[in-house]
Amino acid sequence: MPRMNVRYYFSALFGALLATLTFASANAQQGPIRVGEINSYTGPLAAFTVPYRNGWQLAIEEINAKGGVLGRPLEVISRDDGGKPANAIKFAEELLRRENVDLLAGTFLSNIGLAVADFANRNKTLFVASEPLSDAVVWSKGNPYTFRLRPSTYMQAAMLAEEAAKLPAKRWATIAPNYEYGQSAVKAFKEVLKARRPDVEFVEEQWPALFKIDAGATVQAIARAKPEAIFNVTFSIDLAKFVREGQLRGLFKDREVASLLTGEPEYLDTLKGETPEGWIVTGYPWQAIKAPAHRAFLDAYQSRFDDYPRAGSIVGYSTILTIAAMLEKAGSTDTDAMVAAMKGLELDTPFGPITYRSLDHQSTMGAYVGRTAKVDGRGVMVDFRYANGADYLPDDATVRKLRPGS
Amino acid sequence: MALEDFVSFIVAQAIAGLASAASLFLIAVGLSIVFGVTRVVNFAHGSLYMLGAYIAYSLVVVMGDSFLGYLLALLLAAVAVGVIGGVIESALLRRIYHAPELFQLLATFGVVLVVQDLTRTIWGPDDLFAPRMPGLDGAIEILGYAIPTYDLFLIGVAFAVLGGLWLLFRKTRFGVLLRAATEDRQMVAALGIDQRWLFTAAFVLGSALAGLGGALQMPRQAASLSMDLSIIVDAFVVVVIGGMGSIAGAFIAAVLISELLAFGLVIFPQITLVLIFLVMAVTLVLKPSGLFGKPEFLTAEDVRNPDPPLQPSGPMARTGWRLLLAAGLVAPLVLGEFSTVILTEIAILALFAASLHFLIWGGGLITFGHAAYFGLGAYGAGLAVFHLSVGMAPALLLAPIAGALGALLFGWFCVRLTGIYMAMLTLAFAQIAWSIAFQWIEFTGGDNGILGVWPSAWAADATVFYYLAFSVCAAMIWALRHVLFSPFGYTLRGIRDSALRSAAIGVDVTRHRWLAFTLAGAAAGVSGGFFAFAKGSVFPEVLFVSTSVDGLVMVLLGGMQSLAGPILGAIVYTEIQTELNRLTDLWQLVLGVFIVVLVVILPRGLVGLSALLLGRRVS
Repeated sequence: MPRMNVRYYFSALFGALLATLTFASANAQQGPIRVGEINSYTGPLAAFTVPYRNGWQLAIEEINAKGGVLGRPLEVISRDDGGKPANAIKFAEELLRRENVDLLAGTFLSNIGLAVADFANRNKTLFVASEPLSDAVVWSKGNPYTFRLRPSTYMQAAMLAEEAAKLPAKRWATIAPNYEYGQSAVKAFKEVLKARRPDVEFVEEQWPALFKIDAGATVQAIARAKPEAIFNVTFSIDLAKFVREGQLRGLFKDREVASLLTGEPEYLDTLKGETPEGWIVTGYPWQAIKAPAHRAFLDAYQSRFDDYPRAGSIVGYSTILTIAAMLEKAGSTDTDAMVAAMKGLELDTPFGPITYRSLDHQSTMGAYVGRTAKVDGRGVMVDFRYANGADYLPDDATVRKLRPGS
Repeated sequence: MALEDFVSFIVAQAIAGLASAASLFLIAVGLSIVFGVTRVVNFAHGSLYMLGAYIAYSLVVVMGDSFLGYLLALLLAAVAVGVIGGVIESALLRRIYHAPELFQLLATFGVVLVVQDLTRTIWGPDDLFAPRMPGLDGAIEILGYAIPTYDLFLIGVAFAVLGGLWLLFRKTRFGVLLRAATEDRQMVAALGIDQRWLFTAAFVLGSALAGLGGALQMPRQAASLSMDLSIIVDAFVVVVIGGMGSIAGAFIAAVLISELLAFGLVIFPQITLVLIFLVMAVTLVLKPSGLFGKPEFLTAEDVRNPDPPLQPSGPMARTGWRLLLAAGLVAPLVLGEFSTVILTEIAILALFAASLHFLIWGGGLITFGHAAYFGLGAYGAGLAVFHLSVGMAPALLLAPIAGALGALLFGWFCVRLTGIYMAMLTLAFAQIAWSIAFQWIEFTGGDNGILGVWPSAWAADATVFYYLAFSVCAAMIWALRHVLFSPFGYTLRGIRDSALRSAAIGVDVTRHRWLAFTLAGAAAGVSGGFFAFAKGSVFPEVLFVSTSVDGLVMVLLGGMQSLAGPILGAIVYTEIQTELNRLTDLWQLVLGVFIVVLVVILPRGLVGLSALLLGRRVS
């Protein structure tokens, strides 16, 4: 009889275990679709990534309130890489192997974007690179599993070069932080401007070390070359120093300045009373965009966070919209199906409709191009227009050359 | 006319350089005073500078509408930072002055992490740009160039501080005591001076100067969370070029560097990053104790070695080593897939930490630039894959060669120096290597790094790669340990304990140090090579000072006095960082507090804990 008892208990236990396992696997089928997200949420980059996180959180809440995607809720499992590529790879491993995410997304710095893209390629996992700007993400280092949302360095430099070509200025100076982003931006700007205006010459180049600009001396070195216009790629604290020293020393008087990203609230708002007037910039004039799609986003964002959106918020929000649209199109979380769905994927964002090009996996999201102005001691963009990203990419034959294996 | 133009440009550029020099001097001189008196390598000095800037910003917003209000805000910020410095000194550092050399560095590193996260929590992540200073918000024309009046004010402040410090140090009893303590602490103590009070005072003074330096930046730049780390290395460079503890030296070095940068960017706009470290390297090679520093002479405590000689493992320690080895072999079989990945990283970092420990503890050679050889190993492997398309095995063989060659070259200069000067020269070489990797884009890929450095097909599986990395790293760690018990190792330890006596019995001190340096470089290179293949990519960050600091933290966290220390440190540091990240955005804060508490409770590192429990030394 005791024997029977043991047997009974064992079978009961086994049955319970089986039931749990079955339930668990059924749960995995019905549970949320998991997105592994990596970005630099601590350290100096937090100013850019926190609004981005708000953006994706808002999108997740909106989508799940409507019942999720494919009948399942969407879940983001987020990790902080602290600005280091090696950490990003560690957490990509963790998200993939321990958290069993269905796809990867995120990253801000180009080098981290590239590292995660290479990781995704090796592990045959879809990666939606939301913010990294480097052209290499989709061109020279492009791979089948990586798609990029934000308009690249080349696209934004081309937007500015188009405006620069309309100016009478012939003598240009450039200033850019001395690393890959700065060098690519200057190269792209020169290339596009020269193609439109062969009479333009570049008379001075300044390459301050990133976040270590010696602003006074740099400003004087540029002034000495007597350029008619300046192309600026510095950003963040370098930009603030450069602008203040430049204004104090009269560098910008009677000179046109074309400045990359400076119209984004992330950079423009820091300047406050120091905002230079009349610079040609790419950016995000959130106060003044009238399009209904953006209006709806703005209202939802402001009521949710009691703050206004930055450019990063649009990127974070659109990243999740991208993933949701892709999943609806793919109909499953199978990687091959998801990658196939990403190609040529069309969706609406607060900036309007965008397409992920099958050719190079770049989205056609654009940016706003306008001039800076100062209103009530704050910087804003005026006379702006939306520059559609699709119009600022090289022709297909060139892209094929730039992207090996496409 | 052209000549006139040229002259006025030179003058304008020189003034711009002086204004930068003024800020640099204020930060560096505080660091110099603190180090001179307390011998603490204060990594948190940059954090105090950052706090000065943030506090000044908040005060300026409230009271900065007039010149006097603005000025008062800046001064109050300096005072506030001085008070914070006093709290850090009396609550934390005072408890650990008796701990082994460098251990205070770990504590200040904990403070860096805490301040970084607290600042973000209090002031938010956005850069904060203060308005210009009323009354000094314009420019005056000098020889046709507009010179901001605030620049001239800043230069004036620097001279005033220089003069004030000179008076303090020459004409007051307090200053005389500070100078005396800088030269010979023991003698000061023997004369009946209360050292605790003196140390606190020096730390408060140094902190207030850092705070003032940060506050005075407010009319020139935005307060940002990157201020702490971006300034600390520069400040050390200035202090070392000028000579540790020398106030005039800090001033002259600040001017020298700032002027070089101001004119350098006209001629070579691309190499400004390398320039500053080249100057430091050249200075230290020509004048090993800086321009105005006195050679470090041996005081009684420097000669005294607090540690009993290293003993071969007893039966208990042997069992411990075997258990560790067995755990490493079995772990991937029982733990999950991701744990294997983390274990791989731990094995690699343990070798890196062990090679650093070999230098610091075995050879008494303090280095702040060990990342150079780790990074050279990683780049050696990565570049071989990228440029030569070789497989994993030959690339991994290249890694120690690259590390060793780098150590052979840099070591030749470094081992001639001692103490903090050697540490700073190693840092200079590492930063030069980093600058090259960061800016020589055609060859190294620059900031975008080298991608596609993945293991060959046969080792592609995470478990296989783990066993490969584990066995090689364990073998290397064992070899390093073996070296310490060889005749070479005994000689090396003899040199560590007394270079003078070793030289007297005919040991070639420099050659032994050089060889040890190269050996540690090769071992770090191996670990760097594996790191490259574990991550699939190589980025300049592997060469950066933060990698060196991570290595130091692992060694100190684990405990310096035992060969198990660096391994324990690598395990704990990696695990905590990985797991904390899942739980909270404030992981740096938690990690920082953990380090600070640990330092106070266990001033001998984690190994001290087991020694405490077992009631004996573990080796």
